[in-house]
Amino acid sequence: MSQMQNSPDTVALADPAQAARQEWMAVLAKASPARLAELLPKLPAHELLRAPEIGAVMVRGRVGGTGAPFNLGEMTVTRCSVKLAAGSVGHAFVQGRDKSHALRAALLDAMLQATGAAALEAEVLAPLRQEAKARRDLRAEKAAATRVEFFTLMRGEDK
Amino acid sequence: MYVAVKGGERAIDAAHAWLAEERRGDLAIAELSIAQIREQLALAVNRVMAEGSLYDPDLAALAIKQARGDLIEAVFLIRAYRTTLPRFTASTPVDTASMTVDRRVSATFKDLPGGQILGPTFDYTHRLLDFALMAEGEAPAAPRSPAIGEAVPHVTELLDQDGLIEAEPFSDLTPRDLTREPLELPADRALRLQALARADEGFTLALAYSTQRGYGRTHAFVGELRIGRVAVEVELPELGFAVEIGEIELTECESVNQFKGSKIEPPQFTRGYGLVLGQSERKSISMSLVDRALRWKELGEDNIGAPAQDEEFVLSHCDNIQATGFLEHIKLPHYVDFQAELELVRRLRAEAIAAQKPEDAA
Repeated sequence: MSQMQNSPDTVALADPAQAARQEWMAVLAKASPARLAELLPKLPAHELLRAPEIGAVMVRGRVGGTGAPFNLGEMTVTRCSVKLAAGSVGHAFVQGRDKSHALRAALLDAMLQATGAAALEAEVLAPLRQEAKARRDLRAEKAAATRVEFFTLMRGEDK
Repeated sequence: MYVAVKGGERAIDAAHAWLAEERRGDLAIAELSIAQIREQLALAVNRVMAEGSLYDPDLAALAIKQARGDLIEAVFLIRAYRTTLPRFTASTPVDTASMTVDRRVSATFKDLPGGQILGPTFDYTHRLLDFALMAEGEAPAAPRSPAIGEAVPHVTELLDQDGLIEAEPFSDLTPRDLTREPLELPADRALRLQALARADEGFTLALAYSTQRGYGRTHAFVGELRIGRVAVEVELPELGFAVEIGEIELTECESVNQFKGSKIEPPQFTRGYGLVLGQSERKSISMSLVDRALRWKELGEDNIGAPAQDEEFVLSHCDNIQATGFLEHIKLPHYVDFQAELELVRRLRAEAIAAQKPEDAA
């Protein structure tokens, strides 16, 4: 079900606003808490619908990578829900135990849904995306350097 | 008669204070930080996360520091901590085919889509102590090459296309969870994999090795071993859609095993599966071999009585916290139990000696 739901094509067809929101929630969840605090130093006025709370998510895998689900182990997560003065509601569900991370991610989720989010898009999301891509590319380049290029030795009798 | 004994409190406090002092060691040596353990003892951190069954590198590093490097004690601390956390939900199953791989090797195919990527491996090192690490030197740097962004499909998918390997039936059934209900046997494969994913690495390794030496031989090849990061996604009911909540590192091993066919199946390869939190390839290879050995019944193979084929034996003894808890408790006071044993042995001896005397006289 989730595979269907989250393939980029079906999501875009289903609801572009939802797809955009899924993308920024992922970017915010994966941001480092310290970097997020740098990019959003001041918190807007808000009401806590659910104060940041630390808990666990059971991570599942599939037998053989593609078969039936099984419980692999848990990970720590922090969740938070907020409401801005203007009424927009934001949610966050982020890896780790950093309450300020979850709070900022929820606030940004709410702020990005409001009108006039283009500035936030440029000031917060764009650098986070770019930095995440740079980290990913760096590892991919190191991995590429360890890729084996096989060649076959010419045997004496083949001359 | 049961007699409660008090009086150990002062001694216990002093013992724990001394433990803290010994943990710190020589004050002339700089104290270890959690970040140093996380970054520089990453494989120990990974083992504690896998067997503690909780992915959180900072907490695992803290546990290692607190446990003075005793990894099973560190796993114990993590297991205890995780019981304090509310379980919010379960993730959608991670998609290991779309893993961002640091390492991906196959022992069965030389040329395959995505290539053989060695990653940061100990393989091919000479296992000679590197005395340069004793001195402070320049930071090492890894070479880089342009990444082409090629897809890295599972090797078993290639075999599957030709029908040469057993199909892996897809389902979305909710798996049983041994952290929520007591282990009941027989276990299905999902439950066995959960137990093995958090099992002691040494125990799993020894069992897997025993299958290679003939105790339940399954002729395993490492079809594929991959290490890398996958996104974790959960469905949020308040939103009605799934969101990525982070990324975790995993190690996956798919073993490909000989199978000569049975009454109902033609000859084909069969599968063993290993998936472990963090970077832990010894554990994931071991897990896939033990998984395969445990599947003898569903594949219609003979039970030769090998330990690795015995589900009850494997699943009841693979958890190092259960094992060490029961093992180590025997060092704690058993004065009353022992007093009873002592009484019994004295009485039996007296009876035995008394019974011997008439014979001597005769």
